Amino acid sequence: MSQTRKQLLTDPLVDNNPITLQVLGICSALAVTSSLNVAFVMSLAVIAVCGFSSLFISFLRHYIPNSIRIIVQMVIIASLVILVDQIIKAYAYEISKTLSVFVGLIITNCIVMGRAEAFAMKNKPFESFVDGVGNGLGYSLLLMSVGVIRELFGSGSLFGIMIFEPVSNGGWYVPNGLLLLPPSAFFIIGFIIWGVRTWKKSQVEAREYKIQTLEEH
Amino acid sequence: MSLRNYFHSMEPHFEKGGKYEKYYPIFEMVETIFFTSNTVTKVAPHARSFVDMKRVMTYVVISTIPCVLWALYNTGLQTNSALVTLGIESQLGWRISLLQFIGLGISPESLVSNIFHGLLYFLPIYLTTLIAGGICEVTFATIRGHEVNEGFLVSSMLFALTLPASTPLWQVALGIAFGVVVGKEVFGGTGKNFLNPALTGRAFLYFAYPAYMSGDSIWTPVDGYSGATSLGIAAAEGYESLSNYGITWADAFFGTIQGSLGETSTLACAIGLVFLLLTKIANYRMVVGCLLGMIIFSSFLNWVGSDTNPMFSMPWYWHLVIGSYAFGLVFMVTEPVSGSHTNLGRYIYGALIGFMVVMIRVLNPAFPEGMMLAILFGNIFAPLIDHFVVMANIKRRTKFNVQTQ
Repeated sequence: MSQTRKQLLTDPLVDNNPITLQVLGICSALAVTSSLNVAFVMSLAVIAVCGFSSLFISFLRHYIPNSIRIIVQMVIIASLVILVDQIIKAYAYEISKTLSVFVGLIITNCIVMGRAEAFAMKNKPFESFVDGVGNGLGYSLLLMSVGVIRELFGSGSLFGIMIFEPVSNGGWYVPNGLLLLPPSAFFIIGFIIWGVRTWKKSQVEAREYKIQTLEEH
Repeated sequence: MSLRNYFHSMEPHFEKGGKYEKYYPIFEMVETIFFTSNTVTKVAPHARSFVDMKRVMTYVVISTIPCVLWALYNTGLQTNSALVTLGIESQLGWRISLLQFIGLGISPESLVSNIFHGLLYFLPIYLTTLIAGGICEVTFATIRGHEVNEGFLVSSMLFALTLPASTPLWQVALGIAFGVVVGKEVFGGTGKNFLNPALTGRAFLYFAYPAYMSGDSIWTPVDGYSGATSLGIAAAEGYESLSNYGITWADAFFGTIQGSLGETSTLACAIGLVFLLLTKIANYRMVVGCLLGMIIFSSFLNWVGSDTNPMFSMPWYWHLVIGSYAFGLVFMVTEPVSGSHTNLGRYIYGALIGFMVVMIRVLNPAFPEGMMLAILFGNIFAPLIDHFVVMANIKRRTKFNVQTQ
């Protein structure tokens, strides 16, 4: 083990963030970030699924035949997702209605699958669990950042509590309707990636081509 | 010391190794306002053209002058008329106080009063656009070390003209900032954008603040004055009933109707178009394509007909004069950077936009106006159209070679 456990947990937050660096799991980040409550529950669900699926897959890693490993991984992830889905339905019914299909779609979230395939299949259970939770946290960090921007400027509230009183309620703030539409999350994630890569130069990808000027011809 | 010598004496400080090397773009911007640039354009969009980019952009700004003048007059006319109808007493604001102070008063019959009142709406919007957009532009130029581009003057003018006179100034600033940054600078600046920056900013406002922008309610900046725009009326009751609201085809053509600042007069846009075509800044193929696409598809819909949707029966010459079709056709469709670059592609690109405008106006119940979205749609497809035109040409030439060998 070259990495310490602490690094496993903190690396995916910024340096190796699954969304900003690897650009995985974008689809749910667009869909569930218009309100923070929903984004928060979604974050918890992904952390739980990602952590425990890595743990169980790591336990079984010596018994999983290589040729059918993806199927086995999917079975484990799917069982966990169903479990999480049922818990959310039992304890947070209103939010589960907003999340609708997106909890089920954690199964197809590339981050969960990616950690199982890339890390849990080769490492010990506890390290795998920490790695899964770390990546879940990295995902959550971005989800919450996008959620804060979208809910604050889109409806003037945070976690449903009014911060900027909108004009329709007699306040001063004119809510930005674009932020309630899913495409706005694209812009925000783009801006965040831009910011992160300006801060951490090592994350910038090499240019695929350069526009030539006449002098270079 | 002459101005020329003054710039010469300043120049070493801003060149490589100089004290203010970082601020070269700002120096360059100020210098080229007074003098011709020493360097020629090296990169897109005009690598092979005989005129430099500065002249192209200046011509486009000149071509908007009829629209600007009409925007001043018509905004004043609409506002003054509304004020006279509603009574001035209930509406005292700084503009009205100023007009009364200098003795012009509120009178829709007076040309000077109309133009001056319009100016009081247009100028704040335009200045906000210049300042907010300029700050973004200069910031990027300074950090990236490229020149501050004249293209910004075009974007800011077009952006200002697409706005309703009643737009709050903070929205103007937000919109142009979004347009400049997301529509242009993130892709590397002028000539590398695939969307029209002015329209990107406009679309941002359209979706962010639909209550102010969506094009179905009236835009005259007078409190308590409400109604539907000509497109809104046509969508709800059919174009024939426009005459019940006092809007004839000639009104719509000359532009004495309500609408965004610069878009109301088809005539003013047409004058701009003639200028752009004569100077060969605008490519006639895009214009022809866009007109044909609109005329053919709207005629087709006339022929199909519908009992429930009155927009089906709107003839093409009405589509041409109401809403922002003419303005978009002249100043947005013909934009060389975000449009197609092959000749055949230009016809297809234009036709696609013409088709989409009618499609959105007639068949989409959510948006009464479709020009902005149609052009952005066309922008996205332009590279793809070019790709297929080029590939088709390669295929044809290869076949030809095989036969002759």
